[in-house]
Amino acid sequence: MKAMSKMVPYPSNSIVPERDIDKRPILETHHLGIDFGGLTALDDLSLTVGRTEIAGLIGPNGAGKTTVFNLLTNVYQPTRGDIMLDGKSTAKKNSAQVCRMGIARTFQNIRLFSNMSVLDNVKVGLHNSIKQNLFSSLTHGFGYRNSEKKSRERALELLDFFNMTDMAEAEAGSLPYGAQRRLEIVRALATNPGIILLDEPAAGMNPSETSELMDNIKKIRDTFNIAVLLIEHDMNLVMNICEGICVLDHGKVIAKGTPDEIKSNPVVIEAYLGKKKEAN
Amino acid sequence: MNKIKSLNKSTLTNIKSYGLVVLAFIILFPMQNMGLINHSISGLLVPICAYVVMAISLNLTVGFLGELSLGHAEFMSVGAFSSVVVSICLQEAIPSGPLRLLVAIAAGGICAGLAGFIIGIPVLRLRGDYLAIVTLAFGEIIKNIINCLYIGVDGSGLHFSMKDIASLGLTNGKIILNGPQGAVGITKLSTFTAGIILIIFALFVVLNFVNSKSGRAVTAIRDNRIAAESLGISVTRYKLTAFIISAALAGMAGALFAMNFSTIAAKKFDFNTSILVLVFVVLGGMGNIPGTIIATALLYTLPELLRFLNDYRMLIYAIVLIIVMLLRNSERAKQIINRMICTFKFNKSGGKGDEGNV
Amino acid sequence: MTFISNLINGISLGSVYAIIALGYTMVYGIAKMLNFAHGDVIMIGAYTSFCMTTYVGMSPVVSVVVAMAVCTILGSLIEAFAYKPLRKATSLAVLITAIGVSYFLQNMALLIWGSTPKTFSSVVPNSSIALFDGKLIITYESIITIIACILIMVVLTLFTKKSKMGKAMRAVSEDKEAAELMGINVNVTISITFAIGSALAAIAGVLLCSAYPVLVPTTGSMPGIKAFVAAVFGGIGSIPGAMVGGILLGIIEIFSKSYISTLLSDAIVFAVLILVLLIKPTGILGKKITEKV
Repeated sequence: MKAMSKMVPYPSNSIVPERDIDKRPILETHHLGIDFGGLTALDDLSLTVGRTEIAGLIGPNGAGKTTVFNLLTNVYQPTRGDIMLDGKSTAKKNSAQVCRMGIARTFQNIRLFSNMSVLDNVKVGLHNSIKQNLFSSLTHGFGYRNSEKKSRERALELLDFFNMTDMAEAEAGSLPYGAQRRLEIVRALATNPGIILLDEPAAGMNPSETSELMDNIKKIRDTFNIAVLLIEHDMNLVMNICEGICVLDHGKVIAKGTPDEIKSNPVVIEAYLGKKKEAN
Repeated sequence: MNKIKSLNKSTLTNIKSYGLVVLAFIILFPMQNMGLINHSISGLLVPICAYVVMAISLNLTVGFLGELSLGHAEFMSVGAFSSVVVSICLQEAIPSGPLRLLVAIAAGGICAGLAGFIIGIPVLRLRGDYLAIVTLAFGEIIKNIINCLYIGVDGSGLHFSMKDIASLGLTNGKIILNGPQGAVGITKLSTFTAGIILIIFALFVVLNFVNSKSGRAVTAIRDNRIAAESLGISVTRYKLTAFIISAALAGMAGALFAMNFSTIAAKKFDFNTSILVLVFVVLGGMGNIPGTIIATALLYTLPELLRFLNDYRMLIYAIVLIIVMLLRNSERAKQIINRMICTFKFNKSGGKGDEGNV
Repeated sequence: MTFISNLINGISLGSVYAIIALGYTMVYGIAKMLNFAHGDVIMIGAYTSFCMTTYVGMSPVVSVVVAMAVCTILGSLIEAFAYKPLRKATSLAVLITAIGVSYFLQNMALLIWGSTPKTFSSVVPNSSIALFDGKLIITYESIITIIACILIMVVLTLFTKKSKMGKAMRAVSEDKEAAELMGINVNVTISITFAIGSALAAIAGVLLCSAYPVLVPTTGSMPGIKAFVAAVFGGIGSIPGAMVGGILLGIIEIFSKSYISTLLSDAIVFAVLILVLLIKPTGILGKKITEKV
């Protein structure tokens, strides 16, 4: 397991782990913003995520965190600014195309293919790595068996990573909540991404499940050697595993830094933790 | 263990589907040859085959792709008329009936597939009920155009006109399509055997497609479009692929259907036909291929079987349809049925208990 | 002059479509279902009016009121028996049931009235106004139809905006669960919407058959489909949308009939619809619905 490495400033606009400084960052945004009608949902977001960094995106409800994910995966097109994925701009691409460029995500409200089996859900994730043309799809010959066998093996391998092989044939919609969240991550990993976006992965989980999740996230980073960007309200999780954290409030970045810097940042405490105290 | 289980599920559907068709053939074919089937039912065999293919292909659009199409008959129509034109033109070139039928069905499939492509591009941009209404609109447009279309053939080739027969300028030729009267002078080529072969072909295409990478993509889009897109699946491409396959199969069904009659008019493939096939699919079960086959065969023969009711038969048909829909979908009906089953079980187990006491 | 007379004919036909489309659009807006039996309620309305004037000898105006009453009861019965049990079912299941109801009504009419066409005697005096030395002839039917359409539109708009029931309808069409939590009886609201839609269908049926006096059990089918198209055209769920859509559809139909081709007029109507939906996928006055991720 990679030790927490020191955070160092990256030339353009942010900090990345020291081990990633010589490599091109997997994800960079420059002055990203989007308006809905007259409402500015996000403004001037400049973010850098290193190749093997676990980064966190936090902020109070309605701060625009999920909007950032929707922009990064081109569900929405930005009004301003640009996104560079592994050095390539994602402008004018659709969701499917940016996925093929190496970004995968999970959803806040789980979006599994609930009528399909767990295995098939992962196979859908493997879609672009399965070599099977329409003709062999229709005839079930000409390499069909081989490609199906390979995809099945790969899918089971990925499921095994999260100890889910015994559920492979179950209908995805029938899984317990925690398993559904895990399956979504497995499915996203199946697309072979360079960075995975996790939208509130710990939502609705109990403390023991959350701690298992924390281990899993680190395991993902170390095994697949990819970056993780996560949105989370569980501060324990964020402060424990994230190396760089970006705090959003009302669509604007109010702080960026290491967990320790964020914890002691008065602006963050006022905008975020301060509210919690009031609530208490 | 798991492997066997997963194989079973899709293989079971395959066995059921193919088995059903083969069984029907084994039983009905000798009966037909020996004249054991009543004449009116025997005349329905080819149309039933055509409608089974229609229902299987529509199930691909409605059941697997999850898009409601109210204009499936338009592809049947395109297939029917293009195949008629091809078969009449090739009358001399291909004297063998079955071979000409094969070519005509292929031509019908290709033309309908092409129509599916042209219509699919705008249609699949829309969602839900809007998609339904546009497919309906396209169906009406195609019906309307064929109603105004005159085609003839003579020594110098094919002649088209949208006005009347005279403007075709035929010299010693043959009229193929005569406006509102539709296609005339068709040689009946379709047989029950050809129908069964076409059903098996349709099953082969649809079942293989569903159990493949493309099929999974299509089902994924139906279940959750946004998630499918986020996994790198090109939604338009797979929707269009499924739509074209569905259209091409419907065209083949249309060809089979048309070649069973000596004349056929465009109004045979109107909105009501589309709806009829949709009813087969919904009652057979969305995404349930064996169910669709059974529902189509039963529902297509039902009006014929109800013939003794004379004027009341379509009324009874409508009532049966409504009652079946209510029983299958109403919450209260489900509760009542469940309660009945429970009481039944309770009585049964109660009875056993008594026996035990004795 | 022919242009103006065509335009008036178009608006008049369009007004009939608009009245039918209102029934479609209100029911769709509130119950999210395509009520394919709506066209057949029109037919029943026309037959009722026909019977009342021909066999009972009622005055045309009274016959319209009777037709409205019959259709209202019929609409409520259909709703109660066929649609209410399916409130939580998929929209496809409801659609198929609606088709079953449509078959049922058509065959019922076939049994009662037979398949021979009945000649509908117009409910309005069969005369016309001649303007510009007889160059422009406007029939009373056109005038009455257009006036009826405008009246219905105004009354319905006021009803949905001002009355308690109308507000409840709008609330239910926005969000059923929320409306229920606010103490609105959703079931009653939906039933009343059906009743109003069916009453409108009766008026539309009488007006339609006054203009095109051939009455058969399938009379309602095609106008029903076209009115549905009109509702989608204008933006389904929107009352002004149904009005705009209906009238535009009528104008397009009459114009393509007189300037392009009688036989292809339906194809042209549907082609225009497809074009509109491609440019504005929710219809002319429809609201854009965005999917939340």
